[in-house]
Amino acid sequence: MYGTPPADFSLKRRGGETLVLKEQVADVKASPKPSKNKRSIKRHFLHLFLLPALIFYVGFQVYPILTAFVNSFYSFKGMVRQDFIGLENFVRLFTEEPYNTIFTRAFWHNIIYFIGTVVAKLVLAFALALLINSKIKGREFFKAVFFMPKLLSVIVVGFLFSLILNPTNGALNSFLKMVGLAEWAHPWLGDPKTALYTIILVNSWYGIGFAILIFLAGLQAIPEEIYEAAKIDGSYGLKMLFQITIPMAMPSIMIMTILTFIGSFETFELVFAMQGSSGGPYYSTDVLALFFYRLAFGSVDGGDAIGLGSALAVVLFLIICTATAISLFFFKRKEIEQ
Amino acid sequence: MSKILNQFIKYPILIVFSLIALYPIFLMFLSSVKPNLEILTSPLSFPKVFTLENYATVWEKVNFSSYVWNSVYVSALSLFFILFFSSLAAFYLSRYDFKWNAFILFFFMLGLMIPMKLAILPLYMMMLKLGLLNSLNSLIIVYIAGNVPFAVFVFYGFFRSLPKDLDQSARLDGCNEFQIYYKIILPLMRPSLAIVGIVNLIGVWNDFFYPLIFIHDDAKNTIPLGMLSLFGEYDTQWNLLFAGLSISSLPMIVAFLLASKQFIEGLTTGAVK
Repeated sequence: MYGTPPADFSLKRRGGETLVLKEQVADVKASPKPSKNKRSIKRHFLHLFLLPALIFYVGFQVYPILTAFVNSFYSFKGMVRQDFIGLENFVRLFTEEPYNTIFTRAFWHNIIYFIGTVVAKLVLAFALALLINSKIKGREFFKAVFFMPKLLSVIVVGFLFSLILNPTNGALNSFLKMVGLAEWAHPWLGDPKTALYTIILVNSWYGIGFAILIFLAGLQAIPEEIYEAAKIDGSYGLKMLFQITIPMAMPSIMIMTILTFIGSFETFELVFAMQGSSGGPYYSTDVLALFFYRLAFGSVDGGDAIGLGSALAVVLFLIICTATAISLFFFKRKEIEQ
Repeated sequence: MSKILNQFIKYPILIVFSLIALYPIFLMFLSSVKPNLEILTSPLSFPKVFTLENYATVWEKVNFSSYVWNSVYVSALSLFFILFFSSLAAFYLSRYDFKWNAFILFFFMLGLMIPMKLAILPLYMMMLKLGLLNSLNSLIIVYIAGNVPFAVFVFYGFFRSLPKDLDQSARLDGCNEFQIYYKIILPLMRPSLAIVGIVNLIGVWNDFFYPLIFIHDDAKNTIPLGMLSLFGEYDTQWNLLFAGLSISSLPMIVAFLLASKQFIEGLTTGAVK
């Protein structure tokens, strides 16, 4: 069943078959036969199991991240690293025109993106999860349906909605005209006032099924007895929701908030697909990842953009990792308290 | 009475939001079989003329045949190596007691929290030096590196739940260590292979970012990047655009309909990592 073993190997091992398994292994380990040398060579070969994964991970993930940190302290000429300049890249990013204006504007867009997604996606997802979690038929069906958009590529979602939201031929405005709401028709993505919010809504459409699944997992973990005890105490409806359900589902709410925060500061593809690399119209949807892309790969000015880009990457890295660390700390403390 | 009323409120709400979730996808497929003029004049109606010509045009004229092939090549190889390398590493970490194992596991777990896209500049320069820029292999390398931590994490958890007696008895039967992995462990771990495989397949198949940075030759585009060329070149021919979007989405949607349970389980595992 296990294949043909090498001859000498099997002979040695078959020796004391009457013994109990574990003792027998210990026996083989302890025996100072010539096999000891062989064993240690064999043990060295074991490291080959770990090596491929480790090499790829270190070489193409850990090393580049560390390099990005180092690069942020250097000046660049094109792609070539020049002199160590300390924090100058960071100082320029925060104080020099036009970088500081672009940075601040993009940063606030990221924040709005985060808050907007929490309001539009998480609140709705929680409400829908509550509905699905109450005793209804077809919960698997609804789970699958809401999850469906998540299967598409973000770039597909972006392009698809840029067609749907097209002001002249798009499906949405046609629909509004059809149902007699013609005055609601609007160039959703073309108007700087609505563009960012439109993207937030599209992003919520894309990610809501995933949030629902996480919330459902959280809601299902709440034991039935707690609800019954609360009912006896006279808790119903909204009171029950705020006093029992939401506090008990807090871990899943926290997870989704953190993931939404990270996602908001990493957001790139959706805006890129719908508004191009400069976050149009008039930078009204520009976000930090787009700014980073323009610095690093856009043809702004090849001169020192790499150093600035690396500095921006480090700033983004710190924002995201701080959020993750805070959440981990929060969870750790919660675990201890319980 | 209030219960019935409850049901009358719940289902309509869920159904309305279900329609919102599905309609854009439905509209995409619907428009992909309509002639261009019909899409532009009546975007919401059912096709008066049903045509598969859009698909044929996109397939031949817009180079989609090679985009699809490139995506299949990249996804298949990335997936194979991610699963193979990660399961070997997790086997090593869970089955042997080298003194650095705990540290290495922690080191891999760090990768779950690091936003890898931020290392794109050094990666770009590395690929340039290695002569891998504009090659599909650069994508495969990055996908392996980026997805190993999650896969190791899931596999490690799985191996820990498998009794060690299993490999001891195989060892006594004369299996060497690789045979234990290959013949005993691997067949048992199919469910977790499926979960990790699905999560990575969706990620790799749909990725746009790395091809955007690494690939500059239209013939080497994967489907998501090909979409960018398509939208740049044929922006007035919406029939072709919708057909392209549909081709990109169809494989994952079909796979989801066949194995929705595994998809949902897999992606929720990904979140609570």
